[in-house]
Amino acid sequence: MKIPLSWLRDFVDLDESVGELTGVLDDLGLVVEGVERVGEGLEDVVVARIDEVRAIEGADRVRLVTVDAGDGPLEIVCGAMNFAVGDHVPLAPVGAVLPGGFEIAERRMRGVTSHGMLCSARELRLSDDPVVVQPLLAALGITRDVVFDISIEGNRPDAWSVRGVARDLATRLGRALREPDLARPDETDETVTYAGAGIDDPDLCGRLTVSALRGVVVRPSPAHLARRLTMAGMRPISNVVDASNLVMLELGQPTHPYDAARVAGRTLRARRARAGETLTTLDGVERALAQPGRGLGDTGEDCVIVDGDDRVLGLGGIMGGAASEISPGTTDVLLEAAFFDPMSIARSSKRHALRSEASNRFERGVDPELALVAAARFVALLRESNPEVRWMAAPLDVAGVVPTAPTVTLREGDLERALGLAVSDDDVKRILEGLQFRVTGEGPWSITAPSARLDVRTGAAGRADVIEEIARLYGYSRLPRRTPTWPAPGALSDRQRVRRRLRDTVVDLGVHEAWTPTLGSDADFDLLVPGGARVRVTNPLAAEEAVLRSSMLVGLVRAWGKNAERGLGDVAMGEIGSVFVHPAVADEPRRTRGGAGATLALALPQENERLTVVLGREHDDARTAVATWCALATRLGIHDVVVRSRDDAAPGLHPTRTAELIERGTNRRVGYVGEVDARLVAALTTTSRRLGVLDVDLDVLFELTLDAELDQIVTVPGRYPVALVDLAFVVPQGVHAVDLAEVLMSASDLVEDVTLFDVYRASALAAGTRSLAYNVRFTSPEKTLSESDVARARETLIVAARALGAELRS
Amino acid sequence: MTTSPLAELSTHVADLISRVHLATTLADLQADEPFLIGKRSVLSSLQKSLGALAPEERKAAGAQLQEARRVVEEAFATHRATLERSARSAALEADRLDLGDVVLAQVHAPVAVGHPGIVAATQRQLEDVFVAMGFRVSEGPEVESDWYNFEALNIPPAHPARGMWDTFYVDLGEPETVVLRTHTSPTQIHLMERAVADDSLPIHSVMPGRCYRRDTPDARHLAAFHQIEGLVVDRGISFADLAGVIETFTHAYFGADISSRLRPAYFPFTEPSAEFEITCTICRGDGCRTCSHTGWIELGGCGMLDPAVLEAVGIDGDEWSGFAFGFGIDRCAQMRHQIADMRALIENDVRFLRQFS
Repeated sequence: MKIPLSWLRDFVDLDESVGELTGVLDDLGLVVEGVERVGEGLEDVVVARIDEVRAIEGADRVRLVTVDAGDGPLEIVCGAMNFAVGDHVPLAPVGAVLPGGFEIAERRMRGVTSHGMLCSARELRLSDDPVVVQPLLAALGITRDVVFDISIEGNRPDAWSVRGVARDLATRLGRALREPDLARPDETDETVTYAGAGIDDPDLCGRLTVSALRGVVVRPSPAHLARRLTMAGMRPISNVVDASNLVMLELGQPTHPYDAARVAGRTLRARRARAGETLTTLDGVERALAQPGRGLGDTGEDCVIVDGDDRVLGLGGIMGGAASEISPGTTDVLLEAAFFDPMSIARSSKRHALRSEASNRFERGVDPELALVAAARFVALLRESNPEVRWMAAPLDVAGVVPTAPTVTLREGDLERALGLAVSDDDVKRILEGLQFRVTGEGPWSITAPSARLDVRTGAAGRADVIEEIARLYGYSRLPRRTPTWPAPGALSDRQRVRRRLRDTVVDLGVHEAWTPTLGSDADFDLLVPGGARVRVTNPLAAEEAVLRSSMLVGLVRAWGKNAERGLGDVAMGEIGSVFVHPAVADEPRRTRGGAGATLALALPQENERLTVVLGREHDDARTAVATWCALATRLGIHDVVVRSRDDAAPGLHPTRTAELIERGTNRRVGYVGEVDARLVAALTTTSRRLGVLDVDLDVLFELTLDAELDQIVTVPGRYPVALVDLAFVVPQGVHAVDLAEVLMSASDLVEDVTLFDVYRASALAAGTRSLAYNVRFTSPEKTLSESDVARARETLIVAARALGAELRS
Repeated sequence: MTTSPLAELSTHVADLISRVHLATTLADLQADEPFLIGKRSVLSSLQKSLGALAPEERKAAGAQLQEARRVVEEAFATHRATLERSARSAALEADRLDLGDVVLAQVHAPVAVGHPGIVAATQRQLEDVFVAMGFRVSEGPEVESDWYNFEALNIPPAHPARGMWDTFYVDLGEPETVVLRTHTSPTQIHLMERAVADDSLPIHSVMPGRCYRRDTPDARHLAAFHQIEGLVVDRGISFADLAGVIETFTHAYFGADISSRLRPAYFPFTEPSAEFEITCTICRGDGCRTCSHTGWIELGGCGMLDPAVLEAVGIDGDEWSGFAFGFGIDRCAQMRHQIADMRALIENDVRFLRQFS
């Protein structure tokens, strides 16, 4: 909200510098987002009288003007047409520096010399209207001012006005708050003899007041009021509309003036809109009313103001209709000042996507007792330009349901418990009374909020609200600080600890950690799960960012591809992140509560945390991926996971170079390893490089790692020599190298370790078979093995291998 | 009457189709393409001969020829697809690798240096500071119901305060009941509910995680971002403890010469609420462009848990009190490493990633 300092000074004495005031406002939570200095730099501008206006030959857009600024005649070339001989206008003479730093110099145009510039309001930064050359009186009305742009928090509707901000300042600075001039009804005839008012639905409209004003003359507002509006960021329109806006800015109460002649029966009623009704609002949009909304908690209700013929005039508290607008010929005005239910306004305003200065205030809560004060202020302001206006006696005031001001109990010690400081009773009383709370009793205090403070709740919540006000006005910076301690030690969870080990290991293996988008396109999704059920965002920023990812593979391949285009494709990239499965197809959809009051049972997507790595360095392929997995598993202490090739690889993976990672024993799938399908690489990048891929389900990995940590028993190696023996077997199709290694390992107690060192396929071998060669290490904890011990053990292994159909290769 | 140029059309078509099927490799088929369906096909020469016909005959003949061309082209396309499929199977078969047979000693991977992500690394540094201060670290899901993301946090449906978060709604259940979490605060609700259920209060926890807001990305904002929040629920916790924790953290993470201050603010889930600012890390408080010459920059929000939140999770506010705070992890990274444009974090440019060790 933009508030001129001069306006604040109407309410409270402020001698502080702009910097000091900014500090005070910030510290009150009325954060100053900008300070604009108005009228600065106008010291050089003088008032001049127009003596002569002549055409310049060959120019139809500029004229030669002779002015007198007190030092004799000056010739000025000027493009404005809206002045005449005898007018007084602002003149920036040669040498003057205008706001923004523009310096006036002599200029030759069309063969004549211009000795200065006649200024429009825009050049002087006085208003947004660039055309009108301000005459003398307007120029004299200029006073330097400072406009604070203050951000008002959502829970402070009371502060969304000049008086509200002044009230906080007055309380903080210990000064008196002045009240504005208010008019009184001056007509003896009662309003009821002329106009009508009613509320059909008191839950939507809590109060409706209607004032009748006769003898209205619509004309421009006086310059100082117009300037106030301009400085506050609103456009002056006419004295009636301006007065309404000024009252809203000053006191926080939106009002709505109607042309009485255009309101049937001169009657205003507030009621629920009925389905089928429409309204063309002042912004020219025709709106269907009482349509059920899509938003959660939206009842589809609208509160409308209707006339005596039950015709809809406007959306109450949000925007009026064009039909009953004030026009230049208006002579009688009905002024509506009302209270509308905040939540209803919020819902209507959201549903119609229609926000106005009025709805912004009503949805947060306007003081229900303010309506007639605002009317009185409206009349006082209108009188400045329209002294003949008459306000009829006893304005109509219909009551609906308004919130009652809560009373909160503040007990002995409450403040100290909440703030860690016992604020003195005097300070508490001074602060609360300054904010117009009523304080009675002495420990416990009974505190009643002013009607403007609709943010203050009842009970414990209300107590917190009052404590915040005391803390805020006392000053957060004056409150103590204490670092609490507690016996429980800080710690990471097991999962977090393991994730850190995993991340470190992956990075140590040469992977660059990436952050790829969670939201992708349908096409991205279909690359991996063609036509599959997907979790979709209702309101994406772009269609390509509408679907929650099922995998990080697409994002990583694309990210790798971008780097490859820059010649930086020799890189491995990986990510640890969440992927999502639609609850309809999830193994374990997450069940939770939702909806208004948490009354709905909801099935949410399954979220899986995974590690995905794409290996794009030269020579990287499925083998590198396997080696990367083995290194990772070894580092995490996982030994019982095997690599099982399979032919039904998921889309996106190479069909004949992909394997699953399976935990032996449980058959749990830890993830997969292999290569990215060349077609996926072609679809997402401009290269055809082989990309290795490793993808691990962290849920399973965490369990395996934690198990490994639990029974990590370290053995001391034997001191006796080790005998190394190489064994090569011809192995039938379907026998896994790791299974044969396992058989060899367990065939004899003397085997310390078995390592595959060669795989050989050739036409010399029987069809479908291959040769697997292992290094075997024999040792004993008890003695040095003799040659015959080793030979016997070797024979045992050869025999054991036959169980898998493996024959020693001769 | 002269013989129609199309008299032999069906024979031509049959001939062309059989020639299509003669090709046994994609290369053969491609080489034959001009003669089968291209410019040098018999169909193309027939097309030219139609010019000699009378206009009414030409129309009918044209349609006939069009149909013949369609039939041949379809056969061509089908056969090409078949050849492509078998070429791919052959290639895949030639490429076949039993990954169970990989001999680790034969895999030669380069000695390469990897780099942790800046955000993950920053998150870890922040976690470490808080763990040292006695906090545990908790996590929660990214898709939440409106109850956990809003209502339990004292932001009822249709409340104007929901406008403070530009929310992505997820297309599940009733409209606006499922969201991408706009903050990590729903994890606070889960934590408190769990603590009440297993009678395990107090809570001293921080909650890092990814959140989403429907904001067009710019130099300072991303639609997906990371936040870390803290939650303390204990006996005798006051605003002074909150201010002290913020100050301790600020010194520990940003350095001894950086301090914090609190300024009144509004959050529906805390009361009293505050924004917390820290000494500008660029100018160290002297005033510069980054801090708009105030010497302070805003880091996050905090406050005492609102009684309405305690009530929503069933915690007795007479016995327990607490505070919460939260701020952006990416923002911390941006400030600490002076990253000019936040969008670099999601571009995954190796030239950016490899600077960070």
